[in-house]
Formats: sequence, structure tokens, C-alpha cells
Amino acid sequence: MATVVEPEQQKAAQPTYHEITRDIVATLGRPSRAYFMLLAFVLVVLAVGVFALLWQVRWGLGVAGYTPPVLWGVYITTFVFWVGIAHSGTLISAILYLFRSAWRTSVYRTAEVMTVFAVLTAGLFPLIHVGRIWYAYWLFPYPNQRQLWVNFKSPLLWDVFAVSTYLTVSTLFLIVGLVPDVAAVREKATGWRRKLYEITSLGWRGTDQQWRHYVRAYLYLAALATPLVLSVHSVVSWDFAMAIVPGWHATIFAPYFVAGAIYSGVAMVVTLLVPLRKVFKVERYITVDHFENLAKLLLLTGMIVAYAYVVEYFMAWYSGNPFERDSFFNRAFGDYWWATWTMITCNGLLPFLLFFRKIRRSIPALFVLSLFVNLGMWFERFVIIVVSLSHEYNPYAMGHYTPSWVEWSILAGSFAWFFLWFLLFAKNFPMVSITEVKEIIPMPRRGRRES
Amino acid sequence: MSGHPGGILAAYQHVDSAAEAIRRLKSQGYNDLIVYTPVPNAEIAQAVGHKTSSVRLWTLFGGLLGCASGFALTLWMSYDWPLVVGGKPVGSTVPYVVIAFELMILFGAGATILGLLFNSWRTRQRGAYDGRFSDDQIGIFVPCPVERRPAVEEMLRSSGAVEVRVET
Repeated sequence: MATVVEPEQQKAAQPTYHEITRDIVATLGRPSRAYFMLLAFVLVVLAVGVFALLWQVRWGLGVAGYTPPVLWGVYITTFVFWVGIAHSGTLISAILYLFRSAWRTSVYRTAEVMTVFAVLTAGLFPLIHVGRIWYAYWLFPYPNQRQLWVNFKSPLLWDVFAVSTYLTVSTLFLIVGLVPDVAAVREKATGWRRKLYEITSLGWRGTDQQWRHYVRAYLYLAALATPLVLSVHSVVSWDFAMAIVPGWHATIFAPYFVAGAIYSGVAMVVTLLVPLRKVFKVERYITVDHFENLAKLLLLTGMIVAYAYVVEYFMAWYSGNPFERDSFFNRAFGDYWWATWTMITCNGLLPFLLFFRKIRRSIPALFVLSLFVNLGMWFERFVIIVVSLSHEYNPYAMGHYTPSWVEWSILAGSFAWFFLWFLLFAKNFPMVSITEVKEIIPMPRRGRRES
Repeated sequence: MSGHPGGILAAYQHVDSAAEAIRRLKSQGYNDLIVYTPVPNAEIAQAVGHKTSSVRLWTLFGGLLGCASGFALTLWMSYDWPLVVGGKPVGSTVPYVVIAFELMILFGAGATILGLLFNSWRTRQRGAYDGRFSDDQIGIFVPCPVERRPAVEEMLRSSGAVEVRVET
């Protein structure tokens, strides 16, 4: 996967350890005016989302556009979308770590931070969807006066365990990776930031004993996060595949969802990295080669997703099941044809452009493509959830769902919520891993040119 | 009061010089030295000669405990509040694999963190430190009594230290 670079050329381009610390610490300086303006915009959008949520809390779920039989709409679509976004973070930080893929070091922190905040956003949606968010704790098994327990045979409950485990483990993984970096930043910081880093570096000094335990712990966390990431979106897919709704009840769902999740997540990493490397001036660390590798990941997962789309239609035809066939015919030519064709164009067709090296190495082209993939992946979940539910078995029970302003506002608010955390993190903690970027550069040796 | 034992603190720029100094110090019986590096390094780890960390056992036991807890939790709660559906078992292990798997990962990761914290605390090293060791230099702190300091200082300098200073 890693792009081959000539050793001499590599050596000349390599920064020293000191330069790495200096350049990455520089990203944490006083925020610019543009940063505050962006933060203000995000807060305004978030306020709109919060207002819509409070409106729903006050007046009940009737203000959402739910129309029987479509009782899973934008909220569940957005939940699956954000869980999906989270996936590439763990792929880049854990799976590529186990494969000893050196190129991941510059981009993995951004991907990992994105993961944590995306799961944090996703986790809100089942609560918003059930309406009475103040009873959210009913989802968890806890001793209660009614002496009853939750139903562990329900995939919805598997989801509670999978998503909360994912949030916990990915947060722990992020914090563990951050500790040596925060210690490096601590030495350069002054004022309140120094206090912050002194506390959050947990007394890290990089002693031989600390590294001895740290390296092992990090390896095992990566080894645990790898099957976890595959399980989480499989479990999310079973929310649908375990039901007998035409268009949902298929064994292909778990791998199809996992590939789609990584696909959308990589697209979001590209969307975030392009402005980030410019604003933080870290072009030296996040290079075109990194983008090309991300583009290859996009191409691979995009092709798996495109294959899954084709196989879904094939299975509907080959099964001989009239309801399944009708469901898929409705997807392509029914009321929601525009959503289906948006999904197919953005996810199934556009990524084939990445076969061209010129596009893989063009950052503006990748940025635009990543926006299309983000859009397409949201629509994929919309098509799977809403379109399937709107067109089940009985023609007299079919219906049409149009999201209300409350749902659109909460969807917009979720993006603001995600970006709010991302922006706050980006100015206070290193978005490029100082330690891991150094790690791939050999330590200077006596007799060689000093770095 | 510095809060650490007195000794010599040396800074190195070259990893092989530092590894050589560690080997020489260890051969002379200085086994409680502290080595600071900005990144983990195999050559230094080999010179220091630690055994593999026991964090792995924490991960193993955490994972096993999580898996067992997952099955125990689901089966006990199913029989405590039976949802009787005709012909189907009240406690059905197949769907509970999902819960057991997730708890295995959760407990395994939690135990790994606890293992990391506990082991780091148990093997904590007290010695002088310099901020450059988290930037680009390798540090070696050798706790030693006053009478041995000139010899250690000389040895560290001769092995390529860029800076050597006495810490009291």
C-alpha cells in the first residue's frame, strides 16, 4: 500500500525529530480569526439543531415526518451514517498499525479523533429517535423495581453494547496514543496550556519502563480494536438484516455495511485532512502520497460497495421472491428513484475515476470526490432504511415519508456537533502524532550525517 | 529538594552511543539507571534488557472475564425474567455471543489500560529529567553515590554524551 520512495530522496525530505516537535507544536498556537469565525458558524448551526430537538421534546415525535409504515427515518439513517464514518479511524489507527503500514502515522490521529467524535454523534441518534430521551437509560440492563431485564435476543440491544463498547475502546485508544505526544507538547507550552498538558500527560517521561509497558498495551489495544471495528458495523447491519423486510433480510449485509462504513470514513478523512493540512501548514507531513494511499483505500472499498449493489439486485432477481424483486424495482424506479440514483452515482460510479493516477494525486479532485461519497453514503442508508420500509408486502400498507424541518435541522446540528468537538480538539491537542511520525524516521547514529 | 536520588544525567544524540553507554553501565553493576527516549526504540530496549511486559496477561484475563461475564449476564437475566416464546429456549446462547464478544473486547481493553497504569506505577523510576528527552535527545540518569560520580561522568562523556551534569 505504501508508495515507494527512493531512499536518497526520502532522506533528503526527512525532517529531524526537533523539527517534527516544533512544526506540530506550532499548530497549537493562538487560533486565528478564521478559526473563531468557523467556530461561531458551527455554534449557530448547532443552536438550530438544539432548538429543533427541544421542539421535538416539547411536542413529541409527531413533529418528525414519520408516516406509517416508515417509522425509521432520518434519525436512524444519520445514526448509521455517523457510525460508518467512525470506522475508517480504527482501520487506519489499529488495522494498519498491525500491518506495520508506515504511511498511516501522519494521518491516523485525525482519523482517530474523527472516530471518537463520530461515535459520540452517532450515539445521540437512537436517543433522539426514541423520542423520550430522558428514558435513554432503559436501554441498559439495570436492577429496577419492576424486576425485569432487557431482551438480549434483540439486535437493537446488541447495538447498544456494540456502539458503547466502540465509543469506550476508541476513546481509550486515542488517549493512550496521545499521552507521549502531550508530554512532548508539555515541554514547549506555557501558561494554562502547560497546566492542561501536565495533567493530561499523566506524568509521562518516556522512561524505558514506561515504553516497555506502553508498546505492549498499544499493540493489544490495536489487536482488540481490529475485530471490534468489524463487529460494530456488522451488528448495526443486523438491526436490519434480522428483520424480514424485503431489501433488508440478506446475509450480505454485514460485509456490505463494513465495507461501506470504511468507504465513507475514508472519504470523511480526506474531507477533513485537505483543509487541515493547509490551515495548520503541515504539508510536509501530510503529503500527496498520503492522499494517494487514502484514494487507493477509497477505490478498494468503493469497488466492494459497487459489487454489493450489483449483488443485491442479482439476489433480488435470482431469489424468485416477488416481494424482494418488487422492493428493488421500487428502489430504482419508484418514488425515491432520485435517492437511489444519487447513491449509485456517488458511491458506485464516481470512485472508478480513482483508477486514474492523476485523480488519485490531485488533492482538489479528491476533496470534491470525498464530498460526493459522503453525500452518497448518507443516501445509501436512506435508501436501505426508508425506501425498503415504505414498500413492504401489502400494497395497501405502503406509504411515503418526507422528512420534516425538525429532522433536517437535527441532521445539520449533528454535523455542527461533530465539527465543534473536532475544532476544539484540533487547537488544543496535536492532530498529527508527534511520536509516531518520529518513529518511522530512524534515530540518528554516530558516524552518519546528523539529522 | 529535588525528590529523586542524586546521580548523573547525560544527554545523547546518537542511539548507538546511548546503547553502548547503557551496556557499559550495566556491566559495571548500574542496574537501576533510567533511560529516556522520545520514541520507543528496539536497540535501547535490548541494551536495557527488560523482560516482556506483563500487560499482556492483563489483556488476556480481562478478555476472558469479559466473555464469561457476557454469557453469565445474558443467561442469568434471561432466566430471571423469562420471555417465553413458544418452542424457543429462554436462554439462547447463539445471540448472546454478540454480547459476550463485545464485553470481551470492552473488558480486555479496560484491563489493558489498568495493566498499563498499574505496571507503570509499580515500576516507576525516580530520577532527574530534562524536557529535551521528549523532543530529540536520549537521556540516561545514573543514580550513584558522590564518590563514584567522577568515574561515571568520565565514562558517559567518553561514550559520546553531548552533555553530562551532576544532579543532587
